[in-house]
Amino acid sequence: MTDTTKLTSSTVQNPVLHTHDVTVDYSGKRALNETSLSFESGTVTALIGPSGCGKSTFLRCINLMNREIPGCVVGGKIVYHDINVNTKGIDTLWLRKRVGMVFQQPNPFRKSIYENVAFALKSHGMTKKEELDERVEKSLRAAALWDEVKDKLRDSAYALSGGQQQRLCIARTLALQPDVVLMDEPCSALDPIATFAIEETISSIARNGICVVIVTHNMEQATRVSNKTAFFYLGHMVEFGDTAQIFGAPKDQRLNDYLNGRFG
Amino acid sequence: MTAIGEKTVSNKSESTAEVVGVSPKRGIERRGQIITGLCVTLVVVLVVTLIFMVCSRGLATFTKDGIPLGSFFGGTTWNPHQNGADGVPLVGALPMIVGSFSVTLLSCLIALPFALGASIFVVEIAPGFGSKIFRPLTEVLVGIPSVVFGLVGLGIIVPWMRGLVGGTGYGILSASIVLAFMILPTITSLSTDALAAVPNSYRDGSYGLGCTRWQTIVGVVLPSALPGILTAIIMGMSRAFGEALAVQMVIGNAAQMPQGLFTPASTLTSVLTMGMGNEAMGTLPNDVLWALAMVLLIMSLVFILIVHLIGRKGAAKND
Amino acid sequence: MTSAQETAVAGEKNAPNQSMPNADYTATAHKARVQDKVATGILAAIVGVIIVALVAIIVYILASGASKLVDVHFLTAKPEQFKAGGGIGPELFNSFYLLVLTLLISVPISLGAAIFLTQYAPQGRITNIAKTAIETLSSLPSIVVGLFGMLTFVLTLHWGFSILSGALALTMFNIPILVRVIQQALEAVPRDQRDAALALGLTRWEATMHVLVPAAMPAIVTGVVLSAGRVFGEAAALIYTAGQSAPVLSWSAPIWSLSNPLNVFRPAETLAVHIWKINSEGVVPDLSAVSAGTAAVLMVCILAFDIIARVAGRALERKLTAE
Repeated sequence: MTDTTKLTSSTVQNPVLHTHDVTVDYSGKRALNETSLSFESGTVTALIGPSGCGKSTFLRCINLMNREIPGCVVGGKIVYHDINVNTKGIDTLWLRKRVGMVFQQPNPFRKSIYENVAFALKSHGMTKKEELDERVEKSLRAAALWDEVKDKLRDSAYALSGGQQQRLCIARTLALQPDVVLMDEPCSALDPIATFAIEETISSIARNGICVVIVTHNMEQATRVSNKTAFFYLGHMVEFGDTAQIFGAPKDQRLNDYLNGRFG
Repeated sequence: MTAIGEKTVSNKSESTAEVVGVSPKRGIERRGQIITGLCVTLVVVLVVTLIFMVCSRGLATFTKDGIPLGSFFGGTTWNPHQNGADGVPLVGALPMIVGSFSVTLLSCLIALPFALGASIFVVEIAPGFGSKIFRPLTEVLVGIPSVVFGLVGLGIIVPWMRGLVGGTGYGILSASIVLAFMILPTITSLSTDALAAVPNSYRDGSYGLGCTRWQTIVGVVLPSALPGILTAIIMGMSRAFGEALAVQMVIGNAAQMPQGLFTPASTLTSVLTMGMGNEAMGTLPNDVLWALAMVLLIMSLVFILIVHLIGRKGAAKND
Repeated sequence: MTSAQETAVAGEKNAPNQSMPNADYTATAHKARVQDKVATGILAAIVGVIIVALVAIIVYILASGASKLVDVHFLTAKPEQFKAGGGIGPELFNSFYLLVLTLLISVPISLGAAIFLTQYAPQGRITNIAKTAIETLSSLPSIVVGLFGMLTFVLTLHWGFSILSGALALTMFNIPILVRVIQQALEAVPRDQRDAALALGLTRWEATMHVLVPAAMPAIVTGVVLSAGRVFGEAAALIYTAGQSAPVLSWSAPIWSLSNPLNVFRPAETLAVHIWKINSEGVVPDLSAVSAGTAAVLMVCILAFDIIARVAGRALERKLTAE
């Protein structure tokens, strides 16, 4: 495990984010063992593994969302742009603005489509209407939603389909211009067509230089969208490498078994 | 390494100064925390002050006026303006204490079969009817003011009692019937919650053994909901014990030891309601009223304590 | 449990042969079934009795006061102490004025307390103390709250029997109800709404005020209006705080005058207190007509609150989810 990490760390050109021996405990019970990974700008990294393996737990460490769960303790270093953010003094508000997150279930606010995107912008200090309008349009375009909603920006977000809602959630995240976007099984609640649209969006976000980390249950999805893949098993990060290598020539027996459908 | 230390490092090594940041919104969070914290503090301070003030007034009877505990809690004659044969003022609170407990227990006894029956019906037999019709109706019942209940008692129950057993019609039974109506929604809704909280797997287990619905209710559902039902009963008793005006309007207000269910009596609350306006602050007759209020306060704290004990016991059992 | 197991268990008890259950077993099963039917019937009867009694009470109240309900003179005139024909004009105004003041004070405090308890400190010492305090307050008899109000506001602070004293006593009575309602409403908002807001770098304060409270608004509105019904009918907490007298009101009176309706330092008898007072004094000649009329007015207002609470809650919900 350490070998893999060293190897990838040396090959990574521009790690916008890396973790060093990150651990997670829920009320004294270990949920994730020492995990060290690096993430580059402009790449998509998939986190795979059977349910309860710690991949989502790991994802929620990166933007310190685990701090919202009482009794959850995160150890190790999470280094974002050379700053260890897993410290008491870090400003989670600032970090979460820069490291966005998209959740498993589409969870737009109970507001209009426009407000869903503009709300956080206003909160972070953008007040001019023209600026807001421009950023909202840009974000909705980046999430490939603009054409579908441009005539009904004042409608409730709940009037949209599930897939559209999820793209709205992506747009809402992109509006803050993060350089990392974390996605926690963003397509698990969606049908194949909506899934396809989201995957397109993920690829185009990465092309724009954003670092995307996506947790997925779906092997095909991992091979379709990601450049790198990390395999988690029973609270351990087992293997990390190029997606082609992980799926084509797995080194670890457990990963091999998982890919062959022996469990999971 | 501290966050500050990391920041300095990054500022030197990276050209992107804007990468490190502190959100200007920290102040908003602090302000929110302070405002809401103040609200909570205010509530706590109010409750503590209330308990302190009522108790300090109530204790004056025993400290300042030197009434022995025995003649207050054990005395059966209530006439604070006169002294008894032993020179101690006649401040025996036993008639009111007995009155309060009688109406509380009796009203619970009357309400319980109805409340329990209704909650079994709406949980086990007709859940749709329960949530759509019955619960809103009991909420209306909660909303009826106690003076209106008192008026209904005066208009219907007192004349009915008079016709049935003679006498004035005022008394403990009339008060208990009125109270039974008032605590019915409390007991019903809490025991409904308790029954609804019983996991369906318990019922399935019983049905799987070929038991009928009634056997399942009696054998499985009621025993496992027992702590919740007990809590419901205590909460109902607590409400009955503290109810003032409706009781005062129909109990007859005779400060004497209750001689039966059909003769006028009084409770702690009814004497307080009637008397507090007539006695000057700081005099003995006023002090003893505060002592009654203190008893009332302590009893309601005891009821909460019992509810907590039941809750803890239930939790321990489930572990 | 499978049917095979079921038969096995039944067989163990009584029937040795599945295809030919013995007579004993059939009799037991039959008895159980009859028992079940009878029990169901009794339970249904109990529910029926409760509903009939409730409807009877409401009809009795409304019918006894029906003639006064539509009597404009009764609704607007001042009350009489010793002769018949008095009205409840000032009492009606006082009840609503006290209600509005009480809600203005108690809603923000309860909202703040509920937000603190659900968002800032869902666990810990302070929360436990606060929860115990709120629970204590909710179980205190309202007469005790009223007596405390008399001691503190009326006597110690020298506000006298006044609207302000009454509103504060009602606030104490109302806070535990509201805190619980708002707490439940906030907790019922799906967790992912809060997560979404926090993940965008919003403060808990912003997440609560702009996301959670709006989403919980239907339940909060319903709860507040229902609590308004309770406050509107409360009398025990008021007889020694807002007082038992209703000065004649005049809008032209200066604000410090006891006749100015808005003066918060004037005594103010409400509808509920009026019913209690005239019945305990018993000197008004048309006592039963006046108290029946007042009770009917009170009941109509409270039923209206109940209906408004449900309709408003449902309308808001529809607006939020925008079908």
